[in-house]
Amino acid sequence: MSIIADTTRRGWKSQLLRHPNFLIGTVLTGMLILVALVSLVWTPHAFDAVAITQRMQGPSAAHWLGTDHFGRDIATRLMIGASNSIMVGVVAVGIGLVIGVSLGLLAAARGGWVDDLVARGSDVVFAFPAIVSAILITAIFGPGAVNAIIAIGIFNVPVFARVARGAARQVWGQEYARAGLAIGKSPSAVTRDHILPNIAPVLIVQATIQFAVAILAEAALAYLGLGTQPPAPSWGRMLFDAQTFMTLDPKLAILPGLAIALAVLGLNLLGDGLRDALDPRLRTERIG
Amino acid sequence: MKTMRIAAAIAVASGLAFLATPGAQAQQKDSLTIGLTLEPPHLDPTAGAAAAIDEIVYANLFEGLTRIDDNGAVQPQLAESWDVSGDGLVYTFTLQDGVKFHDGTNFDADDVVFSLDRARADGSVNAQKQLFAAIDTVEAVDARTARITLSRPEGALLFNLGWGDAVMVARESAATNKVAPIGTGPFKFDRWVRGSQIRLVATDDTRAIRKVTFRFVPDPSAQIAALKAGDIDAVSNLQAPEAVIALQADPNFEVAIGSTEGETILAMNNSRAPLNDIRVRQAIAHAIDRQAIIDGAMFGFGTPIGTHFAPHHPAYVDLIATYPHDPARARALLADAGQSDLKLTLKLPPPTYARRGGEIVAAQLKEAGITVEIIPVEWAQWLEQVFRGTDYDLTIVSHTEPVDIGIYARDTYYFNYDSPSLKALMARLNNTSDQAARNRILGQAQRTITSDSVSAYMFQLAKLGVWRKGLKGMWRNAPVQATDVTGVRWE
Repeated sequence: MSIIADTTRRGWKSQLLRHPNFLIGTVLTGMLILVALVSLVWTPHAFDAVAITQRMQGPSAAHWLGTDHFGRDIATRLMIGASNSIMVGVVAVGIGLVIGVSLGLLAAARGGWVDDLVARGSDVVFAFPAIVSAILITAIFGPGAVNAIIAIGIFNVPVFARVARGAARQVWGQEYARAGLAIGKSPSAVTRDHILPNIAPVLIVQATIQFAVAILAEAALAYLGLGTQPPAPSWGRMLFDAQTFMTLDPKLAILPGLAIALAVLGLNLLGDGLRDALDPRLRTERIG
Repeated sequence: MKTMRIAAAIAVASGLAFLATPGAQAQQKDSLTIGLTLEPPHLDPTAGAAAAIDEIVYANLFEGLTRIDDNGAVQPQLAESWDVSGDGLVYTFTLQDGVKFHDGTNFDADDVVFSLDRARADGSVNAQKQLFAAIDTVEAVDARTARITLSRPEGALLFNLGWGDAVMVARESAATNKVAPIGTGPFKFDRWVRGSQIRLVATDDTRAIRKVTFRFVPDPSAQIAALKAGDIDAVSNLQAPEAVIALQADPNFEVAIGSTEGETILAMNNSRAPLNDIRVRQAIAHAIDRQAIIDGAMFGFGTPIGTHFAPHHPAYVDLIATYPHDPARARALLADAGQSDLKLTLKLPPPTYARRGGEIVAAQLKEAGITVEIIPVEWAQWLEQVFRGTDYDLTIVSHTEPVDIGIYARDTYYFNYDSPSLKALMARLNNTSDQAARNRILGQAQRTITSDSVSAYMFQLAKLGVWRKGLKGMWRNAPVQATDVTGVRWE
């Protein structure tokens, strides 16, 4: 028994380090966060400094990644695009986490019609493809960064509600949770003391994945002209603007495309690594 | 073994047949597919302002007494000749013989009376009623002779009659022209697949082009992809100027850069504070750098203008030097007007010139100390909010009607500009038929609006036509809104 416990503890730390995907994911995500943080206090140029005479230049000392079709610094715009993406991810996942997890926990704790309502409600919202719901919401309330974030947040709600409900119901089935009730704890106290801590790893993994989904969704909305509005930079918007310049200057499309791909890849690898390490079910399977 | 050989032979034969078919088609190609950016709301050019209507039906489906050609000159159409009385008040038109509407009915002088009376009637929904303002009566002298009597001389009457808004329609079909247009043109309406395409077919089997399809491709990159894939043969005005450079180098395509009647302006709401202060408007005019906008938004395609007039018109006055690019002067004018931290909104309709030009204008105004919030809008919103509701500070739009400086003298127009002196000039213009005198008045009108800095005048829109090599007879210029395919053929 003690041997198993020991392997488990040493297992997940060394496993993380031995997990190349997790390492790559951490590095990519770390870079994304670092770039975003730096852009808050410093960028090489102003993001909207137009200089037509210097448009579509290659990389140089003044413009590390060159300039776009208006002569604006691409590095600057990618940096601000990164903070924009992170902001969208944090807020949208935050909305989903807070509302979705509350609903999921409530459903698992109360059961009965509350459970049915949450489960069926999630199914209904889930039936609409996420990006379609987001387009619908921005079409009704108007395009803009804030509405895009809210739209992405809303389609995150059922995702977290489902995950939280499923995981919480599993924990509720455990003897220690029922024992909590037997010794007189209220369902909300059991939820707080036993359920939430036990499903936290699943939520963290899901949050990482949803973060990547949110970044992708924001890029898609901005590409469609429904997200961040010009001249504010957004990766999706940059990609859209680059479309007709593809043959003249491919870097205009490649750079924001690469930024989106790397950010999403990083977050997904991080999520995979975390799942392997944190998810109790996977862990016991591996040890078993 | 034998079966296999037969199978192989069939495969080879069918492969050959497959290869041979497109070649045979190319040799005797008699169809044409044109890509259009916008789908028209309906197809009656006498009942709507949408350029997309004329881009399909003008000259192809509907004809007027006169027509405007590629160079903006007036040519005879349904009227084969005309006489003008010495005082310039009576026009007598001799009509072409044997012209039939697509429903088989004859075209005669009664149709002229009906069409023009309908267009200028009090309850008419014609978008350009001012074209007919000088007409007093229209009469049918006999079946082939129509007489128009004016209440005052109108130097532009023959030109006006060549607009899409002045085409001839039949009494029997006028009410249903929106969905089932019946005209006298060489092409008749075949079918309309909503959201996709409109097809016209030739009325005469001997025409070089027998079938014309107008396909709606709103996105410029999709237009280029469709051109390259061979899905469309021509785009009469490409919205992606940056792609023109690559297409010019492509041996499969011909690129024709021509002029349009589109004065592209940064319009200002003249009645809304602080834009009601001429110094603020002049500051904005000084803040913009026309060449940078042309280079940045249109890749250099476009001609700078200093007033609301086409540079290729003989009456054009070069007023570019009135407001040279000078951010320091702009700041001084703003300080003069007591505007230290000016914030304005800029509503941008979908075309490239507006969306891209707007981003550059915003950056240029920022340099002069004006903060601009960009609000992209769709055409419907633009018409509703800006054009009809005049709920805007700044907007960018191209005014594509020929010689349309008269809009500045209208009582209600979205500029909210009210100038008695300009109205007096336009009234004088209406009573002048001598061309030199008209040009002088038009020159004075240009100076008036520029010195009042009603709008900031940016550039004359270029027409960037792209079509497959071998297609001849497409228009280079766009003197009126049209995709005239009546002279088009494959070589």
